[in-house]
Amino acid sequence: MATLARLQARSKFVAQQYYFRNSVVDIFRKKEYDAAVKIQSWFRGCQVRAYIRNLHRVTTIIQKWWRSYSGRQKYQLIVKFASCAMKMNLYNAMAVRIQRRWRGYRIRKYCFNYFYLKEYLKAVSETNDAIREALEEFAEMKEREEKKADLEREEKKRDYQARKMHYLLSTKQIPGIYNSPFRKDPDPWELRLQKAKPLTYQRSKVKQKRCISLSNWLACTSARSFPRSEILPPIDRKQCQGPFRDITEVLEQRYKPLEPTLRVADPTSELKAAREEVRRQAWMRNVNDNMFLPFSSYHKNKKYIPLMHSSSKYGPNSYGSQHFRDENPKKWICDKDFQTVLPSFDLFSKYGKLYSKAGQII
Amino acid sequence: MHSFTKDQTPWIPNGQAGVMSLLRPLLLDVVPTIQQTAALALGRLANYNDELAEAVVKGDILPQLVYSLAEQNRFYKKAAAFVLRAVGKHSPQLAQAIVDCGALDTLVICLEDFDPGVKEAAAWALGYIARHNAELSQAVVDAGAVPLLVLCIQEPEIALKRIAASALSDISKHSPELAQTVVDAGAIAHLAQMILNPDSKLKNQVLSALSQIAKHSVDLAEMVVEAEIFPVVLTCLKDKDEYVKKNASTLIREIAKHTPELSQLIVNAGGVAAVIDCIGSCKGNIRLPGIMMLGYVAAHSENLAMAVIISKGVPQLSVCLSEEPEDHIKAAAAWALGQIGRHTPEHARAVAVTNTLPVLLSLYMSTESSEDLQVKSKKAIKNILQKCTYLPALEPFLYDAPPNILKHVVGQFSKVLPHDSKARRLFVTSGGLKKVQEIKAEPGSLLQEYINSINNCYPEEIVRYYSPGYSDTLLQRVDSYQPLTH
Repeated sequence: MATLARLQARSKFVAQQYYFRNSVVDIFRKKEYDAAVKIQSWFRGCQVRAYIRNLHRVTTIIQKWWRSYSGRQKYQLIVKFASCAMKMNLYNAMAVRIQRRWRGYRIRKYCFNYFYLKEYLKAVSETNDAIREALEEFAEMKEREEKKADLEREEKKRDYQARKMHYLLSTKQIPGIYNSPFRKDPDPWELRLQKAKPLTYQRSKVKQKRCISLSNWLACTSARSFPRSEILPPIDRKQCQGPFRDITEVLEQRYKPLEPTLRVADPTSELKAAREEVRRQAWMRNVNDNMFLPFSSYHKNKKYIPLMHSSSKYGPNSYGSQHFRDENPKKWICDKDFQTVLPSFDLFSKYGKLYSKAGQII
Repeated sequence: MHSFTKDQTPWIPNGQAGVMSLLRPLLLDVVPTIQQTAALALGRLANYNDELAEAVVKGDILPQLVYSLAEQNRFYKKAAAFVLRAVGKHSPQLAQAIVDCGALDTLVICLEDFDPGVKEAAAWALGYIARHNAELSQAVVDAGAVPLLVLCIQEPEIALKRIAASALSDISKHSPELAQTVVDAGAIAHLAQMILNPDSKLKNQVLSALSQIAKHSVDLAEMVVEAEIFPVVLTCLKDKDEYVKKNASTLIREIAKHTPELSQLIVNAGGVAAVIDCIGSCKGNIRLPGIMMLGYVAAHSENLAMAVIISKGVPQLSVCLSEEPEDHIKAAAAWALGQIGRHTPEHARAVAVTNTLPVLLSLYMSTESSEDLQVKSKKAIKNILQKCTYLPALEPFLYDAPPNILKHVVGQFSKVLPHDSKARRLFVTSGGLKKVQEIKAEPGSLLQEYINSINNCYPEEIVRYYSPGYSDTLLQRVDSYQPLTH
């Protein structure tokens, strides 16, 4: 029981102590708890920070390596493209150089060749000069020919005149009008007269007869184209003495214009002309002018015209028909002559001769 | 009968129908001489006047003539062909009347006759009929005349050759098909051979025939050239007869105008020099084809124009331009010069150096020139100016040119002056800059742009110095100046 008393006496103190100690502990518990929490949190913080630091360090390393890798990739790409571009620029520049040279050459040689043009123009002007010279020569030649022709005509005229005036030639007794004794030397006409042959009457008659022919009536330019004599009657004639007829009657009868009969008026050669006409018509219709010869004598009359290939200047070439060896002896294979094993065809020697019944040449 | 009809100015009896009715029965007379004389009389009547020719046609004489043509002798044939020719030459209607009465076949039969006089008369009649228009030519060709005419050309008689060549020329001038028909008959070779003949009338006809053939198309022209007429034709350009020269240059012109290759052929054969000499030696209308030929050659390409220039064509053309009195020849010369000068500055310079541009300008401005001449000279000036960089020739234009040409002149100056310092100096000293300042132009127009570009070549002081009214502004400044008073 004592203990109980003691405990009961102490119970207050114990309760107080219990309370006090609990509350002190509580107070300290809080402080200590807080301190412990602080310490623990600080320590945990340090731990985590160290961990994170580590992580950062590692991450940095990884990222560093990754960035360097990808950067190097990009850099290599850039370098590749840059080098490609540089090469392409170089090639382009070289190609431009080549093309420039080629284009210049092509234009200068094929499209517009200045030197060729100059040569051409020079050639044209030379041709022009040559042509001008040639034409001038031609014109001169023509002029000379004309002058010569004129001179010849003049000569002929004078010659004809001299022949007509031949009677004016001076004789031994009487000097002619061109050979006056007061002159030193005779007039050139005198010499001409001496040289000329006297003109005979015959010639002029022949010339006159041509005008009267009937066939020239279309070209005839006289006022009345009926043919009449060229010789007109003399104008004034003294009346002939004697029992003559009236002059007008006589002249009328003598110079009566020609009144040809129907038979005469037609050209007399009409029959001949008609025959000629028929012959000409037949000739016109002929295809071939050569006379037809009988086939049997065909070979006799036809002249053989050899081919140009097989004839020489003096006649047919015997090579190819008579002898067939090469003309160059170096090409012969052997020295002996060819032998004819078979006789040659004579089919064609009978050509043209077999068909004629009349001939019977066979 | 003959005395009435043979004279140059016959007395026409005032019963013309009466004459025909008198002559008609004589055609049927028994005596051949009377028939022939009657036919001759009819021919001479019809030859003089187309009314008489119509009377012949109306008098129903032609069928009779045609009918008896076939049977009679050669004198009658000649006379009858003469009548047909005389009737057919006046007008297409009369020629058509001849064709309608079936004369063409008989005339073609006459062409086969042996007498050259008959052939000549028949060919002459056919030529006159074919001359009028293409249908009549076609009728003549359809009657089969062309091969016979080609045979006639080969005959030895000169008169017959002449007439046959003239007939072929008349046939082929209307259309390419007719020309082709003539060519197919082998005419070109014979015509080309006859160029060498000394007879000048024959040469006339032959050259005219060849030019009528060559004018239609390139193929025909090439065929004519293939007959090797060059350089023989050039000798015809030196002939004494003016018309031979004219026809020869016509032929060369017809060939040159088709393609550059043909012109080149002519240039290579020295044709240009020959034509230029020919132009120099004749006057008037004879020159015209030669001038046109130069224009055609120069028009094709610049090399050919340069060839014309080095053959000394430009001085000759400018002489033609100034000398000739007739407007159409001047117009042709102006056109030819324009064609030569329009290609490059070198060409324009060659034309400008000969002082032709003022002549062209005066022709354009003068009121007496015909419209055609004005148009052509304007075109020529424009073409040459657009390429001309030869400033001494351009300067006179600044003073007396009308505004539409002035524009081009100032334009050329504005192209040349920026690059050439000597030219700039010359421009100032010769008074050109002054003149340019005086030109009034609307702002924004092409002329104003040119003037601005010229002004930009010079320092501002000079431009201001030469601008109009500068002396007035200076005097105004003098008036308004207050001298400094001490």
